[in-house]
Amino acid sequence: MISENSVTLDQRSLDLRKSAISAIEGGGRGHPGATLSLIEIMRVLYDDVLKFDAEQPDWPQRDRCILSKGHGCLALYTLLADKGFFEKSQLQQFCKTGALLGGHPESKVPGVEASTGALGHGLAIGVGMALATKIKQLNSHIFVVMGDGEINEGAVWESALSAGHHQLDNLVAIIDYNKLQSYGTTKEILDLEPLIPKWQSFGFETCEVDGHNVDALKQCFASLDFNCKKPKAIICHTIKGKGLSFAENNPAWHHKSGMKTEQIQAMYEELS
Amino acid sequence: MTQLEFWQTGEKVSIREGFGRVLNYAATQRDDFVLFDADVAGGTGAKPFVQENPQRVIQFGIAEQNMMAAAAGFSDCGIIPVVSTFASFGVMRAHEQFRTAICYANRNVKLCCSHIGLDTGPDGATAQMLEDLATMRAIPNVTVISPADANEFMQAFLAMLDHTGPVYLRIGRSDNPIIADGKSDFKIGKAQRLTEGNDITIIATGVMVERALNVAEQLKNNEKISARVINLSTIKPLDQTEILLAAQQTNGIVTAEDHNVCGGMGSAVAEFLAENHPTKMKRVGVNDQFGKSGEPDELAKFFHIDEASIYQACLSI
Repeated sequence: MISENSVTLDQRSLDLRKSAISAIEGGGRGHPGATLSLIEIMRVLYDDVLKFDAEQPDWPQRDRCILSKGHGCLALYTLLADKGFFEKSQLQQFCKTGALLGGHPESKVPGVEASTGALGHGLAIGVGMALATKIKQLNSHIFVVMGDGEINEGAVWESALSAGHHQLDNLVAIIDYNKLQSYGTTKEILDLEPLIPKWQSFGFETCEVDGHNVDALKQCFASLDFNCKKPKAIICHTIKGKGLSFAENNPAWHHKSGMKTEQIQAMYEELS
Repeated sequence: MTQLEFWQTGEKVSIREGFGRVLNYAATQRDDFVLFDADVAGGTGAKPFVQENPQRVIQFGIAEQNMMAAAAGFSDCGIIPVVSTFASFGVMRAHEQFRTAICYANRNVKLCCSHIGLDTGPDGATAQMLEDLATMRAIPNVTVISPADANEFMQAFLAMLDHTGPVYLRIGRSDNPIIADGKSDFKIGKAQRLTEGNDITIIATGVMVERALNVAEQLKNNEKISARVINLSTIKPLDQTEILLAAQQTNGIVTAEDHNVCGGMGSAVAEFLAENHPTKMKRVGVNDQFGKSGEPDELAKFFHIDEASIYQACLSI
């Protein structure tokens, strides 16, 4: 089994984290744990995998990336801003009344494929997109990023059954497996193991990867076979709060609000 | 089928028969919709479509939450998913998916659910959806339609496909007399005044429309009361103009629905009138109870949504 190692974050990973923290600073709140867990997954997707046009977010032939664990939205917003779907200055307006970027992804935001935040919807939405893009022969790939806590939801397994049944080889489920959910470890709250055999038994091709290792992630995505008549599940072993020593594996950093200037400063300093 | 065939008035037909017929007709007219089924096409009435157009059916199995959110994603590519199952599962079990994945994102998804109200009959309380109008009309962006018979259902179905945005459409299960000839225009959001009357107004929806028409006739003959009957098939958006006219021009309003009185069509009318033209009202519906097994007409009597109950409500105003 691959587990997350002590990958040293490169400058781009550090910069993306600082960008996400600027949103937490601007909005005064956010989910730092989930956001920092996701950065490399989202970075590799948007840098190296997804086919998209930021000038034309609804381009029919695009690949679709659904962030099903909507509370990790700052990782998505950071990458969308980085790719020019909207101005980076929007990040500082995060969660403010009337702002473009709310506390969970909304499909009105350019580049956001689905309104999520209600856990357990994203894979089903992805199943629908995978079916429709096949019918339309759009040659699009659908990526659904889910949390480990999220897959407690029974609806996820309805979708998994459906994806296997319909042989949706254009669908990729990505699990951000940081092993920590809102109030404790996944082992304590609702044990997911054995996780890989679960996905395999639902008809998925699976692979495991260190979810902070950019090269390993690229290799994993590059190895996907989109003609195998099977959906894919990538288990990304990650660290909740990755990059901030005081937040890593610390459930207290699942959600933060009313953060003090010193706390924000401490976050920036660790990433410098 | 190049021409949509309507049933003759007075024929006893279930709305779900209309569902199967209009699906097949619509398939000859447009190629931009598919049916999502949760292994209940025999019960919803979609079976003739499944048999004639299997290539336009996507089977999701008994997994309504997945089916509902999948419809949200599916609609992204411009093909309309007509999602169909029993209301208990489509409205209740997958309610959050309908609200968030479909209505919040304003997706072009059409939800057609059967087994609504006491009209469901012997299947009993678990299948008799008496809360759908209340829960659905509380969701922004959605259009809620409750047709009176199979003919009006077919017109509503075609209007629904032309409409952009989420729609919830009720499908009745039991055989009931046809009252709409299919010749008059159906417009989403437009109530139909079926009889003129100046003493009292009965606003009815679904299977209650036929009962309301019979009651109006009885009131005329027995009591010399002239009752206006309005078929309020679109529950949301509400035809405020027609309701306001009824409140202004008659002496009171009785609403009639095969639904819980809490939050249903009568509540929608009462909410509007309370703020705009306070009016004497009685709401005929199931009085905050669960249903039970039985024949629809016997259940109507037992739960006081039969003609005698509408009649009494009119006299009490």
